[in-house]
Amino acid sequence: MTDLSDVIEGVYLLTVLFFILGLQRMSSPSTARSGIVAAGVAMLIATVVTFLTPGLSNLVWIAAGIAIGGALGFVAAKRVAMTDMPQMVAIYNGMGGGAAAGIAVVELLIGPRFSTTGGLSVAGGLIGAVSFSGSVIAFLKLQGWMRQRPLTYPLQQPTNLIVLGAAIVLGALTVAYSGAFLLPFFLLALGFGLLMTLPIGGADMPVVISLYNALTGIAVAMDGFALGNYAMVVAGTLVGAAGSLLTLVMARAMNRSISNVLFSAFGATEETGVAVQGTMKPIEPDDVAMMLAYAQKVIIAPGYGMAVAQAQHKVKELMDQLEARGVTVKFGIHPVAGRMPGHMNVLLAESGVPYDRLFDREEVNPEFPTADVVLVIGANDVVNPAARRAGSPLQGMPILDVDLAKNVVILKRGQGKGFAGVENELFYKENARILYGDAQETVGKVIQALKQIKD
Amino acid sequence: MITVVWAALYIAILAAFTGYEVIRRVPVLLHTPLMSGSNFIHGIVLVGAMFALGTATTLPEQVLGFVAVVMGAMNVTGGYVVTERILEIFDKSKAKKGPP
Repeated sequence: MTDLSDVIEGVYLLTVLFFILGLQRMSSPSTARSGIVAAGVAMLIATVVTFLTPGLSNLVWIAAGIAIGGALGFVAAKRVAMTDMPQMVAIYNGMGGGAAAGIAVVELLIGPRFSTTGGLSVAGGLIGAVSFSGSVIAFLKLQGWMRQRPLTYPLQQPTNLIVLGAAIVLGALTVAYSGAFLLPFFLLALGFGLLMTLPIGGADMPVVISLYNALTGIAVAMDGFALGNYAMVVAGTLVGAAGSLLTLVMARAMNRSISNVLFSAFGATEETGVAVQGTMKPIEPDDVAMMLAYAQKVIIAPGYGMAVAQAQHKVKELMDQLEARGVTVKFGIHPVAGRMPGHMNVLLAESGVPYDRLFDREEVNPEFPTADVVLVIGANDVVNPAARRAGSPLQGMPILDVDLAKNVVILKRGQGKGFAGVENELFYKENARILYGDAQETVGKVIQALKQIKD
Repeated sequence: MITVVWAALYIAILAAFTGYEVIRRVPVLLHTPLMSGSNFIHGIVLVGAMFALGTATTLPEQVLGFVAVVMGAMNVTGGYVVTERILEIFDKSKAKKGPP
């Protein structure tokens, strides 16, 4: 081993150390930013020293590829609006998966195929390809270029299982017999990622994005094994473990298993035959303003609808107005509200809501009985009391107990049901009123009306 | 003398536990930057893609290797910028915290 290789390995070792320390610093808001900067510097240095690897050719093309990909990723990430972050995370994750799959195929072409590294490359290629095509579908759904509702057809799961099985068999044949099986193997792996993601609906995206993040990590670790690059093994495994944990947390927040999220096409069918007692009672912005002005404590429960209407800035303004009047304002955030883990926290923080006003489900639930008004802004399934009833598709899902408050005002666009296709019993409760319209507009009207009210 | 693959397996097990322990106590508030940050970290795949393209000799290998480098680089810069933007927001919202 030359001295230069030792230097390179040493740099990789430090890179991994910085990744771990960086991730650790990201577990607290005050140190999080220094964490990502540390990881970023480490990544930059690791990339630069890789150019020094003895015997590396095509250096110009490598530099060109980095320049092109780097510029594309940088510009897109800078330009995108905060509300579009979930699909950005999905697509960059897909790029990582695609790169992992590409590496695996190149290694299998260079050979030797019939070896441990060949097997590892096939595994990395399969997982990477699934993560790539799956993430692309997730991106298309979140971007609104594809229907968010689950896409289902007869015998869907058996079909998917056969495609996966065939991909694995072809992968094994690639290692054992001939490179001729490589292309069909790769296409089937891509096809499986696509087919697997089609029946998964928009509201389950927090789980899916998190899962594909973990899968890309595992694919990178597999490639690391095959290439003998320990930095990739450690970084990939770190992400695989962290991503798996986050996926479990998300699924648990809905009281559903991961296989239920992935394979049940949740939300494709609507519950029928359950008659809900009562009527939906509309309310006008002026009346909401009056209610809020004389309240002691107001809790706001936001959901994906707030993101769609881009209402977070108006919501912040409303909070300021109310606090100026001496009203206590808190935010109750359900773990799976929105389209990625922590989605609501990011949007509200962007609009300037201090994060000490944001409360988890467990923290805020005991507060609802003492709240004078709860504003539900574009959330539906996560506040549906049907979750407490046996036989409902939502049964057992931990919800925000907003119905226990004295008054509940639900801001929603129309009469539609939530993502789960379940009628929301909250809307028919005695203490519930519906404020129809685009949340950004209606919150604006409430603010205007509030300004008119003298103490 | 253990083989390289076995050594790598030991390393992977330790890394998995490290990942689990480091992440376990992260508050919900930081779930988005955490996911986005770990998304950035698997951008180390770029280094692998550089190896792949650097050792490619035939045209199909070179094309695939090049595509892998482009994708890996997008993963790195995109993942970093997204994470940095999200954390910047948290910094700002802390600074705006009202008087006690």
